[in-house]
Amino acid sequence: MTKKLMKGSEAIGEAAVQSGCKLFFGYPITPQNEIPEYMSMRLPQVGGTFVQAESEVAASNMIYGAAGSGERVMTSSSSPGISLMAEGISYLAGSELPVVIVNIVRAGPGLGGILPSQGDYFQATKGLGHGDFRVLVLAPWSVQEAADLVQDAFDLADYYRNPVMVLGDGLIGQMMEPVEFRSDRTPIKELPPKTWAATGCDGSRPTNIINSLFLDPEELERHNHKLKAKYDRMVADEIRVATYGAEGDFDVLIVAYGTVARVCSTAIDELREEGLRVALLRPITLFPFPYEAVREAAVQARAVLVVELSSGQMIEDVQLALARSRPVHFLNRMGGMLVSPDEVVAKAKAILDGRSAEVFHG
Amino acid sequence: MAETVFARPQALADVTTHYCPGCTHGVIHRLVAEVIDELGVRERTVGIAPVGCSVLAYNYFATDFHEAAHGRAPAVATGVKRARPDLIVFSYQGDGDLASIGMAEIIHCANRGEKVTVVFVNNAIYGMTGGQMAPTTLPGQVATTCQLGRDVATAGHPIRVAELISTLRTPAFVARASVHNPLVAVHAKEMLRRAFRYQVEGVCFSLVEILSTCPTNWGIPPAESTSWLEKNMLPYYPVGIFKTPESGSREPRPLPA
Repeated sequence: MTKKLMKGSEAIGEAAVQSGCKLFFGYPITPQNEIPEYMSMRLPQVGGTFVQAESEVAASNMIYGAAGSGERVMTSSSSPGISLMAEGISYLAGSELPVVIVNIVRAGPGLGGILPSQGDYFQATKGLGHGDFRVLVLAPWSVQEAADLVQDAFDLADYYRNPVMVLGDGLIGQMMEPVEFRSDRTPIKELPPKTWAATGCDGSRPTNIINSLFLDPEELERHNHKLKAKYDRMVADEIRVATYGAEGDFDVLIVAYGTVARVCSTAIDELREEGLRVALLRPITLFPFPYEAVREAAVQARAVLVVELSSGQMIEDVQLALARSRPVHFLNRMGGMLVSPDEVVAKAKAILDGRSAEVFHG
Repeated sequence: MAETVFARPQALADVTTHYCPGCTHGVIHRLVAEVIDELGVRERTVGIAPVGCSVLAYNYFATDFHEAAHGRAPAVATGVKRARPDLIVFSYQGDGDLASIGMAEIIHCANRGEKVTVVFVNNAIYGMTGGQMAPTTLPGQVATTCQLGRDVATAGHPIRVAELISTLRTPAFVARASVHNPLVAVHAKEMLRRAFRYQVEGVCFSLVEILSTCPTNWGIPPAESTSWLEKNMLPYYPVGIFKTPESGSREPRPLPA
């Protein structure tokens, strides 16, 4: 396959189609409209169905119905819309249904703004809805990686019977980069047939019921334990992390994810040219968070710098990983403002010169 | 040799329901199950249960089921039907579920013309949560959140769902029925049969509103509940057919010249 220049949103949509996604339910919200627009055009070409829902609440319940029928299904939205989908996502997790949800994060809180942000980290990794559940969260830093992670997300969703979120921002959605879709791609997991789907009962099996209601507390606790065991398997098997400039020794370890990590990699190139030893650790899975990888990388450094487009969310997981064994510094922008490579360079130099103060969040 | 002339429908599970004495959910369940059997579609039927008294409907029908979030059954039904157009999909919803929290979902499901059947059970009160005012609670009717009776000055008038849905151009079949005596129950079954048959034939959205009793939360003896329905609900909620595939849209009439 040759590479094709694609906008991130379109690459995400095409990746879903390539993964066998047959259904998309969504509601317009900036800055991710190109995904439903692409799907509305593309899905009918492959015998699929696009429905513009009346709201994100409805969309999240439509994907519930479609996923419960055993089909591959996706939705996408942006922060305020994801809040509305929280209801459906909780039911999806409780009923153990596989769906892929793309969140092209915008700045908040409230209506906020439409420019890139990482303010939904807590929501995605800790509290995507009521009740006691987790979803796998994958954070791409390029258009190619967004396409790859969407394809992986469908396999992971089916394998774990759980929602999987791809967490990007407006940069990922709007950026144009070369993308390659491999025609020889095979699923990353061995996927059993969906014998649990509600597809009509011919008497050859008991009725299949897609449900998250357990009125008996003992039964619900057993269900909670079962879900927890599944999340533990994700933690054991699914952590993904990448590094940049970490081959040799380094004095400062930057921890950043998504497009911010990409900005940091540019800064690291500049710092390295000046002989300053700075490396990047980039979580690709935000849940499960790579606590061990952060700890192992940080012991090689004198200090850790967390860079985020939020008031400080992932930094709490980094602090948890380090347990105050290394000083943690913080650089952030908010409101849709981006961190520049120059700001990262300046902050890294300040840390190396002893001009930056350690912070503690939480 | 003895011939069986009356038996439990195959689509109805052989279990005891949790419904209160005098509640007509059980009658409506049976009518739906009989229609599913008679159309021979049980093996490809998927039901959507609501939140409310009929939340456990998935235990009472012998078909595959989805349990939906409160009010969202029409959205879940949309997802199922779009994923598997070959299935017969019905939602079973109460008045709090459909006419209050789920109003957006039912209107848009109907207006998209989803090829599903909605069984809307109207008993003019919230049942499972303990008798709060519903959008369908009658003027002056006492409920736990309007203990002096529904005041239309602050709560508005009850919503007539069948009439409301029938103003939309897209839906195929909209009717209201009741089950307060055997004669009207026969009519209710006929309405359900037509609604399901339209879906089997690939005609779009159908909704049957069925008036139902709730003696527990109406605060009256079970034996009086059917006559209460007849006396109080029927005048406000007339039974009949509001829209058929043949009747087309209700266009505004031009002013006389």
